[in-house]
Amino acid sequence: MSTAGTAIQRGLGTGSEQGLNLALRVIRVGPALILALLAVIMILASPFFLTGDNLSNLAVQVAPLACLAIGQLFVILVGGIDLSVGSVLALCTVTGATAYGWGDFGGGIITVAVIILTGVAVGLLNGVMLVKGRMPHAFIPTLATLNAARGLALLISDGAPMPGMPSIVTTAGAGELGPIPVPLLIVAGFGLVAYLLATRLQWGRWIYLVGADKEAARRLGIPVDRVIISVFVISGFAAGLAGLITAGRTDAGYPSAGQLDELAAISAVIIGGASFFGGRGSVGGALVGVLIFGVINNGLNLLNVNVYIQLIAIGVIVVVAVELDVLRRRLEERFRTLRGSED
Amino acid sequence: MPVLEVDGLSKRFGATTALRDVSLALNEGEVLALLGDNGAGKSTLIKILSGVVQADAGEVRIDGDAVSIDSPKRARELGIETVYQDLALFDNTDATGNFYAGRERKRNGILGALGWVDDGGMRKETAELLDRLQVNLPKNGAEVGLMSGGQRQAVACARAIAFGERIVILDEPTSALGAREAGNVLRLIKEAPEHGVAVIVISHNMEHVIEVADRAVVLRQGRYVGEERPSEETQEQLVGMIVGSAKEE
Repeated sequence: MSTAGTAIQRGLGTGSEQGLNLALRVIRVGPALILALLAVIMILASPFFLTGDNLSNLAVQVAPLACLAIGQLFVILVGGIDLSVGSVLALCTVTGATAYGWGDFGGGIITVAVIILTGVAVGLLNGVMLVKGRMPHAFIPTLATLNAARGLALLISDGAPMPGMPSIVTTAGAGELGPIPVPLLIVAGFGLVAYLLATRLQWGRWIYLVGADKEAARRLGIPVDRVIISVFVISGFAAGLAGLITAGRTDAGYPSAGQLDELAAISAVIIGGASFFGGRGSVGGALVGVLIFGVINNGLNLLNVNVYIQLIAIGVIVVVAVELDVLRRRLEERFRTLRGSED
Repeated sequence: MPVLEVDGLSKRFGATTALRDVSLALNEGEVLALLGDNGAGKSTLIKILSGVVQADAGEVRIDGDAVSIDSPKRARELGIETVYQDLALFDNTDATGNFYAGRERKRNGILGALGWVDDGGMRKETAELLDRLQVNLPKNGAEVGLMSGGQRQAVACARAIAFGERIVILDEPTSALGAREAGNVLRLIKEAPEHGVAVIVISHNMEHVIEVADRAVVLRQGRYVGEERPSEETQEQLVGMIVGSAKEE
């Protein structure tokens, strides 16, 4: 980290183009460096950290958060925020349990569909309220559904867990395919699709362009409103997937599940190098952010460190990550000035 | 035949009349400067031509056919590209991403049908375009957000010239630039007709107008007040028309 610090300092100090370039590159790989550093510390501190059992346990534990973070990434890319996902996750498990309670149709497929579609429906509602309701910021509609979805989940379930899920759901949440946990496969599949959307597909390009400059995007004929609605649908879908995994793991509809998970997901995305200003961030980065979360929690558990310290550690890392983004903007400003004077 | 004819355009915003019965023509291969003080109606005129604002009365003809430019999208379909002062560039992507923003080229076959973009093809074509227009940028793939003001302006102008099929409209393309940076952009404007487009350029800088424009039309308080071939000799006359002190022809 000290070399990174020196590079950044040199970039700011002398303002040479190479120095700035190097500093910007260091910032770009910053999250991965933090993760690697944490992993090394844990490997040295605990002999159990690097065992297959522990790593598989870690993967299962962060799987719902990974889904939420990938969904949240797309919302943050357009400069938005989705506060509802923790509540939506809970609502999805409860609607799934309700559907299962009506009868085990189609070998549990109906239950899975209800879980996922509940998430998609709330996501769509968030997006439509924001765009068509001309709300000033995504904070508002998703704050509304943060409350409403939780309330609905508690209302339907009468405030208590609703036990029982079809085997397809418990497999999704707790099954294994050979040595690989199924939740990890779900995250991998969703992550791959999200990665292709972000990097290869035209719609993904539009998400980034809308995040960079909505007015310019509108002028160039990009359907800005539909792009914005779509990212909330993606986030809702992701909450549905996270709900599926959670319902499977607990074998129940769980109305109090996912509390504060929206903030964990937002933290992970920001830690992973996405910009709160919009237009910047990657699926890989978001997953790195999730793993930083996972390694801190898992590692500190292994070391028997007070659980409250984990929260403090996350807080510190969020601040560091956001400051890195601020620093990045400053360095870019220097870069422009430098280029301008050379021209 | 002129590429573009504007016939009797009028536009009111509430109590203010922004344009009164303005007519002018843009010829094939021409760089036309649009001059006038603040509030002369230049901006309103180019907003009408780029589909942002609709005229109350009058007609716009392209290649002799009356057209209705009811949206920015329609303007682009008609071959009119506009570069506003804010450039409408995306800082988080490179020159290629900006060139193809909103019109990304897709691959052939089933991947293309899924929306898979053809990055290699777009990058190659952008390199060729920049080469043809002799625009020098930092190494390929550099983000536009990291470029200087002149480079950004060059990207925006090059995008318009490359994709505009008939007409490119430039709003104060050099106002934010230093002398050397402005020089590069001016060259780009001057050579635009070689690439098959006619240009309308708004500028307050008379030197720049003299350097690039074949003809200058002056508006004042929403009216057409005259036109002249911009040169050292006619400079004073043009300024007179702009401020309203000269005898009008």
